[in-house]
Amino acid sequence: MGHVLIEGLYKQFVERRSARRVLNGDVDLHAGDYLPVLDNIDLEIRNGELVCILGPSGCGKSTLARIIAGFEVATSGKVLIDGKEVQGPSSDNIFVFQHTALLPWMTVWENVALGLRHMKDKQKMTERVQEYVDVVNLTGFEHHYPHQLSGGMQRRAELARALVVNPEVLFMDEPFAGLDFLTRLKMREEVINMHEFLRKTIVFITHDIDEAMAMGDRVVVFTDRPARVKLDVNIDSPHPRDFACDTALEGIRKEVYAELGVHHAL
Amino acid sequence: MESGAYKRVFLPLLAFLAVGALWEFWANLGIWSAAAFPSPRAAAKGMWELAVDGTLLKHSVASLFRVTVGYYLAVLFAIPLGMILGWWKVGQTLFNSIIQFLRPISPLAWIPLAMLWFGIGDRPAIFLIFLASFFPLLVSTINAVNHINTLYFQVAANFKFTKLETVARVIFPAILPSVLPALRISLGIAWLVVVAAEMIAVKSGLGYLILDSRNALRMDYVMDAMIAIGLIGICLDRVIRQLNRLKFVSWGSL
Repeated sequence: MGHVLIEGLYKQFVERRSARRVLNGDVDLHAGDYLPVLDNIDLEIRNGELVCILGPSGCGKSTLARIIAGFEVATSGKVLIDGKEVQGPSSDNIFVFQHTALLPWMTVWENVALGLRHMKDKQKMTERVQEYVDVVNLTGFEHHYPHQLSGGMQRRAELARALVVNPEVLFMDEPFAGLDFLTRLKMREEVINMHEFLRKTIVFITHDIDEAMAMGDRVVVFTDRPARVKLDVNIDSPHPRDFACDTALEGIRKEVYAELGVHHAL
Repeated sequence: MESGAYKRVFLPLLAFLAVGALWEFWANLGIWSAAAFPSPRAAAKGMWELAVDGTLLKHSVASLFRVTVGYYLAVLFAIPLGMILGWWKVGQTLFNSIIQFLRPISPLAWIPLAMLWFGIGDRPAIFLIFLASFFPLLVSTINAVNHINTLYFQVAANFKFTKLETVARVIFPAILPSVLPALRISLGIAWLVVVAAEMIAVKSGLGYLILDSRNALRMDYVMDAMIAIGLIGICLDRVIRQLNRLKFVSWGSL
């Protein structure tokens, strides 16, 4: 499973200065005290789909992911995952953060095993942790601490930690930010391979258009804040994708660039 | 000799020798009488006497005992309390001012009260050491909890950590790299304070040895007690620094 339904989602933040008035009990807020971030988002994410959500920096796409994952509460509207309304964070939906969120005082092994700590059968747990450490090519690094790994390896360890619990939905919020270009490309490939293999629903937040085009089964483009869905296209091209030869893909890419206000994309 | 060992052992020793030579030279100038400013040789002779008749050991053990008890009590109370106040923001706002108010009051200012409350003997001294190490530890623990990356709490929420798990597997390990230096500093303070504490209400300890030797006009013994305090201080610092070698703490030094 891993079907996500977003209905009429609306989110506004109370601006910092006004928040103080709320604290003081003077709750008479005006329109200017609110910062609308998400404006009536309706979105259905199908089971097993890799959806790339694209938008300008600060448009609210991270906020959307955080609401779906249960880390933040929407102002109105609701999110259903497999028909159940999201009430808070859950170990069925794992969030891979923008910056590495491995616990630095635990080894790779201990980090990956976090989600399985309630498993009764320790033998089975050990096998499963090893399996996923192997899947992300970190065999031999089980007992290293995160700071002893490269950026790419840290991301892979975090990916293993997320996948090992067999989540319904995987959220990735600009997971490759801060990696060098080559490592980024390799990580893209690994996530695509992992997705083709496991068919998890992945909500992938990025502002890198080519990354979205290379990875997504579907690309959703948001407007600037407050975010609305501006463009929603399916991409059927098989992996690995080649913009130069695939005219349909190139057409979509041009369209996405144009929607984001760039008319002379290279 | 390997060059690393040479640097670590020989160079510091050289500084000690230089200070010793300066001391000898100064004593020989005769500005102060030999009774008021004993030469290193006189101090060494006194040290030998104190060591042979067991006086030095007896007083060192007495001081170490008080420091150990007072310091452990401080660690035992300050770190859990700091973790609670670091996490419970209302409590932090509630108690922060009173902590900041009590903190700058020197433990020595408590001496008259400590003697009234705890009489004479070990207990007032232990109480003063407790006070001296409690506040620095408490404040740095609270600070350390305040500065934990919020990402780690989100990970804890994502993996459905219970409150107890969050404390044991996130908060506690996360604060260790900044609490360890605080442990080191407060142990140093405890050792500083024990000498003063022992000058008031007890008949043992290195502080008492200094006071007693002064009354007997034995400045060589006074200097010997000072040397012993310095040497034990170095050893305590060495021991507590070993904690930094713990593997799950090493990430903090990056």
